[in-house]
Amino acid sequence: MEKHKVALESLDPYRIRNDFPIFERKIRGKPLIYFDNAATTQKPKPIIEVEKRFYEETNANIHRAVHTLSYESTVLYEDSHKKVANFIGAKNWREIIFTRNATESINLVAYGWGLHNLRKGDEVLITIMEHHSNIVPWQMIRDRKGITLKILDVDDEGRLKLDELPRLISERTKLVSITHASNVLGTVNPVRHVINEAKKVGALVLVDAAQSIPHIPVNVTELGCDFLVASGHKMLGPTGTGFLYGRYEILNEMEPFLYGGDMIETVTVEKSTWNELPWKYEAGTPNIAGGIGLGAAVDYLNRIGVEKIFEHEREIVGYSLERMSDFPWIELYGPRGNDRVGVVSFNISGVHPHDVAGILDEEGIAVRSGHHCAQPLMRRLGMDNAVRASFYLYNTKEEVDKFVEVLREVRRLF
Amino acid sequence: MDYNQLEYLLDHYKNPRNYGSLQNPDITHEEGNPSCGDVIRIDLKITDNKVQKVKFTGKGCAISQAAASILTDMIVDKDVNYIKEINKDEMLSALGVTLSPVRYKCGLLALKVLRSGVHGIKNWPGEEE
Repeated sequence: MEKHKVALESLDPYRIRNDFPIFERKIRGKPLIYFDNAATTQKPKPIIEVEKRFYEETNANIHRAVHTLSYESTVLYEDSHKKVANFIGAKNWREIIFTRNATESINLVAYGWGLHNLRKGDEVLITIMEHHSNIVPWQMIRDRKGITLKILDVDDEGRLKLDELPRLISERTKLVSITHASNVLGTVNPVRHVINEAKKVGALVLVDAAQSIPHIPVNVTELGCDFLVASGHKMLGPTGTGFLYGRYEILNEMEPFLYGGDMIETVTVEKSTWNELPWKYEAGTPNIAGGIGLGAAVDYLNRIGVEKIFEHEREIVGYSLERMSDFPWIELYGPRGNDRVGVVSFNISGVHPHDVAGILDEEGIAVRSGHHCAQPLMRRLGMDNAVRASFYLYNTKEEVDKFVEVLREVRRLF
Repeated sequence: MDYNQLEYLLDHYKNPRNYGSLQNPDITHEEGNPSCGDVIRIDLKITDNKVQKVKFTGKGCAISQAAASILTDMIVDKDVNYIKEINKDEMLSALGVTLSPVRYKCGLLALKVLRSGVHGIKNWPGEEE
């Protein structure tokens, strides 16, 4: 009922902006236009407040201590796991492990599962559009265990070549690790289809949802994936937060990633046994305030509604593409259809992306330029570098107009 | 920003001086900034300890390429020891614009290549090996 009511009216970015103190900031006297959301998002007051309040009123280490503050901290920190579990449709909150970011989550799977379960002759399938964080850990496993790393290609628009899947997936495939949405092109991949293909041969599937979870509804139970990773700081949460979802049975049998305090059940000098989930994978004092902040971010996103955020982003990205395609000197990358999140990568002919980003910065507009931690994809699409504008719930068409105006200035200057 | 400030730099970018390569150079050296992919290669002809001819090629942003053009202009007919004397501040101010700190490495790449190629100096004064 509540959901239906929310969907009736669309999101008002101007009202939302009031929640974000950073928009009071001026860059060289100009209002900040923040188009670097695929790297990290800005933080609304409720998240900042929750962290502040934790340090002012509750701060204590979690677990085991008898005192009041520790009990309260533990409850808050566990509740955050529950909020994340609900947010992604996990059946059991113990399937949520807090990490620093999606990169650490993938490393946890590579070390905890890959290192102990993969052997010579096995295959891991990734795609050419992965972020380095979903390539490099598997190269490490390949080199240590003698497995083969297979790569699914994209077409020239940046869509996965799904017709090549049957050739790449076989009985030897033990894991398919695939991004849900490209951080360069915004392409949303048909992960459900890939998961179905992987299940036919009994392979596990890891979904890198770092670029999808902040923007589109994601449900691990509906998807049927075995692992899912994301970064909290890309979904309004504090930096230093991220999480791993893993199916309970798999997490239970996997080896720990980091060893030490809090991840143990009993320790003798000869031998140790492991704590219950998720603590088995959260060794040492975790980022307690950050974790609680991530829970607050989930509350905030739920209050707005991820469907509405996606709808708004689609409007902004559509408007940007429409305005930018007026100019033949702008080369746009990525699919032209609706199957993309709010990311636009482009180049201005004859101008280096760093120079474009430099001029935009002069006008208070934050974008990213470079290889976007996806060098294999960039090479595949025939570019070294690109400028990337990425949007979120607080961006407006007015900001896009200003952005396009500065792009014309760049063109005039060069 | 006053974009007129950029005119000098952009002129060197669009019409680079000393662009190209030398036949049989006495010194040829190439280096890049791995983080952004910018590359500069400098060829020199040295006679009597003087820079007789200098040419460069490269790829990258306007700042790195214009800086190479400006720097090569600065050293023609100069003693090779003069190259050692050019410091970071001098190089950056020769560009005619105030760079933000994140772009310093763009503005300094050509000088780095030159110092390294001519004198084998890999670091800036005061920086660790």
